[in-house]
Amino acid sequence: MYINQQSAAQQKVDELYATIGRRRCAAPFGSCPVDLTASFVEMCLTQSCGKCVPCRVGLDRLHRQLERILDKKATQTDLETVQNCARAIYDSADCAIGFEAAKLVIDGLTAFRDDYESHVERGVCTEHFAAVPCVAGCPANVDIPGYIALIREGRYADAVRLIRKDNPFPAVCGLVCEHPCENHCRRQIVDDSINIRGLKRYAVERAGEVPAPACAPLNGKTVAVIGGGPAGLTAAYYLQLKGFEVTVFEKRPKLGGMLRYGIPSYRLPDEYLDRDIENILSTGIKVHYGVTIGKDISFSEVRSKFDSVFIAIGAQGAKELDCPGEDAQGVLYAVDLLASVGEGNLPDFTGKRVVVVGGGNVAMDAARTARRLGSSSVIVVYRRRIEDMTALPEEIEGAIAEGCDIIQLMAPVRIEVEDDKVVGFVMQPQIPGPIEDGRPLPVNAEAPEVTLPCDIVLIAIGQAIDSQHFQQSGVETRRSRIVADLGANVQGIPGVFAGGDCYFGPATVIRAIDAGKVAASNIDSYFGFNTPITSGVEVPPAYTQGKPAWGRVNMRERTAESRKVDFNMMEMCLTDEEAKLECSRCLRCDHYGYGAFRGGRKELW
Amino acid sequence: MVNITINGKAISVKDGTTILQAARENGIIIPSLCYLKDINEVASCRVCVVEIKGNDRLATACNTVCMEGMDILTNSKRAIEARRNNVALILSQHDCHCPTCARNSNCSLQNLAGDMNLLDPIYEAKLPENDWDMSLPIIRTNSKCIQCLRCVNICDKIQGMQVWDLLGTGRRATVGVREGRKLGEVNCTYCGQCITHCPVGALRERDDTVRLMAAINDPDKVVVLQVAPAVRAAWGDGVGLPPEMATEKRMAAAFRALGVDYVFDTNFAADLTIMEEGNELIGRMADTSGKAKMPMFTSCCPGWVRFMKLEYPELVGHLSTAKSPQQMFGAVTKTYFAKKIGVDPKKIVCVSVMPCTAKKYESSVPELNDAGAGADVDIVLTTREIARLMRVKGINVFTLPEQEFDSPLGTGTGAAVIFGATGGVMEAALRTAYFVLEGKNPDPDAFKVVRGLNGRKEVTVTIAGIPVHACVASGLANARAVMEDIVSGRSKYDFIEIMACPGGCAGGGGQPITDGLELAGERGARLYDLDAKNKLRFSHENPSVRQIYAEFFRKPLSHKSHELLHTDQTQWTL
Repeated sequence: MYINQQSAAQQKVDELYATIGRRRCAAPFGSCPVDLTASFVEMCLTQSCGKCVPCRVGLDRLHRQLERILDKKATQTDLETVQNCARAIYDSADCAIGFEAAKLVIDGLTAFRDDYESHVERGVCTEHFAAVPCVAGCPANVDIPGYIALIREGRYADAVRLIRKDNPFPAVCGLVCEHPCENHCRRQIVDDSINIRGLKRYAVERAGEVPAPACAPLNGKTVAVIGGGPAGLTAAYYLQLKGFEVTVFEKRPKLGGMLRYGIPSYRLPDEYLDRDIENILSTGIKVHYGVTIGKDISFSEVRSKFDSVFIAIGAQGAKELDCPGEDAQGVLYAVDLLASVGEGNLPDFTGKRVVVVGGGNVAMDAARTARRLGSSSVIVVYRRRIEDMTALPEEIEGAIAEGCDIIQLMAPVRIEVEDDKVVGFVMQPQIPGPIEDGRPLPVNAEAPEVTLPCDIVLIAIGQAIDSQHFQQSGVETRRSRIVADLGANVQGIPGVFAGGDCYFGPATVIRAIDAGKVAASNIDSYFGFNTPITSGVEVPPAYTQGKPAWGRVNMRERTAESRKVDFNMMEMCLTDEEAKLECSRCLRCDHYGYGAFRGGRKELW
Repeated sequence: MVNITINGKAISVKDGTTILQAARENGIIIPSLCYLKDINEVASCRVCVVEIKGNDRLATACNTVCMEGMDILTNSKRAIEARRNNVALILSQHDCHCPTCARNSNCSLQNLAGDMNLLDPIYEAKLPENDWDMSLPIIRTNSKCIQCLRCVNICDKIQGMQVWDLLGTGRRATVGVREGRKLGEVNCTYCGQCITHCPVGALRERDDTVRLMAAINDPDKVVVLQVAPAVRAAWGDGVGLPPEMATEKRMAAAFRALGVDYVFDTNFAADLTIMEEGNELIGRMADTSGKAKMPMFTSCCPGWVRFMKLEYPELVGHLSTAKSPQQMFGAVTKTYFAKKIGVDPKKIVCVSVMPCTAKKYESSVPELNDAGAGADVDIVLTTREIARLMRVKGINVFTLPEQEFDSPLGTGTGAAVIFGATGGVMEAALRTAYFVLEGKNPDPDAFKVVRGLNGRKEVTVTIAGIPVHACVASGLANARAVMEDIVSGRSKYDFIEIMACPGGCAGGGGQPITDGLELAGERGARLYDLDAKNKLRFSHENPSVRQIYAEFFRKPLSHKSHELLHTDQTQWTL
């Protein structure tokens, strides 16, 4: 016998697979799914040991068949052959190397049928290659390589101007954007994505005050924006710049929506939010505070007084747990707690044992807020596994670091109540079930109920949309969401638009910003103006594709010990040295690769 | 200014200068292939790679801007090896059967491959397959395409038509008609700008020289040739004749040497066009019934007329009803001229030599054939094809004595010859309109403000106290902008001249190609020079035109003119 040791060749192969993983992350938008399938099947074939017919021969024939399709030599019959061959391999292969490869082909035949058909009929696929991955990955299509290049040159105010062309919330997004751009960063092929959000914050911190551009001459049209959250304010800002007279109706005393009343100030301090809002309002937008549509003024009245209306009421209500004991003292909804804290009313949780129910970002915010309110313990209870949580990994890690416990695979049963007060949380242990939409369903385990003694239960299992009044006023809703098309037009009511959380359900700030942009653009073209939004900033030319493989600078936070006792901002800004390094890692996909051909830059919209 | 070093030589260049520009300004050679200034700076061929000291990888000179202190080596070992390898890779995908290529000896890849001294092929050739409708005026040979993307960008940026695109991804990525469609499905105007900007032979016109040879060799046929204004400014380039030798009269001699029976001039028909179109404009401007569509658009350019019919069908009533000079010439040849020489028009083969690929399509439009003897124009050759045919026939243009055009359809004025340049039709029309309205000739150069390469020119001239708001545009992206202004009511004009090719026919899609050079300006200047030297500067003074009105048409816009020289644009679609 010998000691098992990994060979040098095997080590290299593992590295190769790791590289494939990184390439997968950096997959460009718009690459052909049929081509990818063909390559995947071929790669699967390299993993085949060659023992069995369906895998050894079948995958090879399947691959050739796919190549025929790509080579414009296929007919509809060939598509059937692919289907039948893949099905037979799936049914008869001896191990997962074979049958899972075939399954992917079968799934793809449904998922991107259009592409298969298009290849057969016209020899091309329906996809369009996206020039710049990060820009395509950003819902608001912010010119990321552009502002990174400007930061590199020390032109911070110009960087903010360029960001504001597509996103009027650079200070907010510098702190709390979920940065989907980074998920698609091509730099991942080399080492790791650029710290885009960190650079945005750095630019904002360095830029100082950057005044908003001048508005276009008034075009004589008025727009009412219902809801002063990120979607509503984004639409208001661009519409005002385009020459409309905009009035925002906000039911709360201050603007910002979930940014103020949902995100705790240790992640997003008020002064950052106010900075963006002040700039937005500096364009001359009128705001009616403390006005609830449906209570203080009806939707129909608003509609009759304005030429156009944008509904962006968000999803600020709480979803109920629907279990016994929910009405007891000590049961709170996370969104209500966060809103109250946002208003400056801090409840005292000193010495309290807190249970948080849920696994999303709101659950983490609630847990970490409870920690800061003096609770003696915070336990997050989730019915699936930690890796199935929808909260961002860094949020989960942050909560754990601050002393929050997480109990996974526990489904709520009831809240135990004594004298109308919460005394415990009863849970049914779960076991992972079959995978559905990428996550395993939790199913009851063969185990008895467990009770967690506690004083406070924070429910964070989702948000509700209060759209009843709009529905009664003739706006179509579906499961309380407002129905509109992808252009934000509310069907059947010309001139009325809707977007943001009230349209797609609770989502990220950058998606809300996109919704506001879409509404602004389509309201503008609805009246036939098409006034462009530009930055007036010229981006420096690219002269190098960035450093060779180099470490990414991550964000640093105050220590868990120091931050868990206050609501002060926990994240630290990049240093000058770090920012410079991050900028120099950017591959400038606006200039290199497809960007050079199909335009890496949209100067106006 | 930015200070850099190229191959050890200290150089100072303006901010924003690319490495390629800096090198060329200083006499340093960096080969390039896909690069076309301002139009195609996509760096796809990777031939112009250079080494910048301190950089891990090479940079493309064509789209890398010089930065202070850059130390550049254009011919380092790495640069040359990568460059040669890239050319070898391109060749492995390119049909290198050069002797049978239309661009043989006028091919950037051929030259480059020669320069790279690639004698033994490194890579096995694997050519993409060809699939093209060979009856179209524009022929694309996939196996010759080097995916430089110039055609895509010229069509997008200059013509605004988006006919071509990069299709597919990875190793199957190839240039083709947008969305994998057929050329006939995407509103291609057949302007041919993609051909004149192709560095290789992937794009060319349909070759019709064989048909002309057959006609010449057929003793029963009378071959009548017309030559368009802009051809005389460029034909020398196609046969290697210097401009001072490439005269109109030598051109007439060369064409006669091909064996055709009559060498006539489209200029005659251009003068006829002015008589018809100029009077039509005056009529439309004077119309008070509200029936006349204003502004009036010129109709001589088939790419433009195609554009209108495909993109703005609701505006075709604005097009002048006058046929193009080519079609007028054909109609006259097979009626008036046939009768004059006593030949059955069915025996006449009418050939035109054009700077244009869209003219091949125009001659095939059924509604433009009115003489009743088959096609009015039977065969259309580009300037490039006629040059090839001269070489086939072994015509030594250097020793050929000059000869006159034949009579009577070989006489043209200076007003006609400038039809070949942007603004020329407008200027010629204004000269005659002035005469009609004022009863006397203006200074022939009175309207020269409409000259020049500017893609969109706007002028107002006053004739007989009437202000005429005129607009001249060339390049279809400019044409589209003018149309949008008209549709939206932003602009008000009386008369608009549009030519599909930038600079007009002088820069036409059928003209001889010198890669990297835009020759419309130079060629246009030759036409203005011919105008200035011509004793006749006004279309209405063309004696042959006067004669044909006296003998045949009676007067402009007569019943007979309408029958043969006009077409109701609203009555036919594509």
